[in-house]
Amino acid sequence: MNNYELMVIFTPVLSEDEFKAAQKKFTALVTEAGGSIIHENPWGLKSLAYPIQKKTTGLYWVLEYTAPSDFNEKLKIQLLRDENVLRHLCTKLDKFAVEYNAKKNSGVKTGTEKAVEAQ
Amino acid sequence: MAKNEIKYLTAIKTDKHVKKFCRFKKYGIRYVDYKDVEFLKKFLNEQGKLLPRRITGNSLKFQRRVSDAVKKARQMALLPYVADLLK
Repeated sequence: MNNYELMVIFTPVLSEDEFKAAQKKFTALVTEAGGSIIHENPWGLKSLAYPIQKKTTGLYWVLEYTAPSDFNEKLKIQLLRDENVLRHLCTKLDKFAVEYNAKKNSGVKTGTEKAVEAQ
Repeated sequence: MAKNEIKYLTAIKTDKHVKKFCRFKKYGIRYVDYKDVEFLKKFLNEQGKLLPRRITGNSLKFQRRVSDAVKKARQMALLPYVADLLK
């Protein structure tokens, strides 16, 4: 079992329910494969830094999960087949990343705040 | 002429040199998050290009992680590949 983080940009044309359904579809895939969801964070509509497929906005969704190491290949196929997905990025998290995300999710300061202010 | 009069060949340096530091070591940051755009912007110039280690003062280990994080952020359209006025 490894820790992963998935970020998906969905098309902005999805309605609230369709967005929820799309999220459910991928979380179901994780749980079916024997993994577990750690944290889910729908960022919602955000403007993109540059247009993707002639769209200037996208629905962002971040998912943290644990899964067996062969699961990501299967997930990737599903993501690429889904035409609502503009782009996705899957990152493997090391122990520092897990700690960082846990802190961030619980609202504790992560230490980067000071570094942002200091210039 | 007084014997203990001090003369300088060159002007004395008055401005103090500020030592560069690696902000990751100083603040104890161990993970560079690609989602934290405001933080990553510290390491970019106006055009959205990565600043060199020479200027940021990062250690090599963290400069690599910063560059990976910036590249991920660019892929996910959180940061632009090219920009005119980023900051």
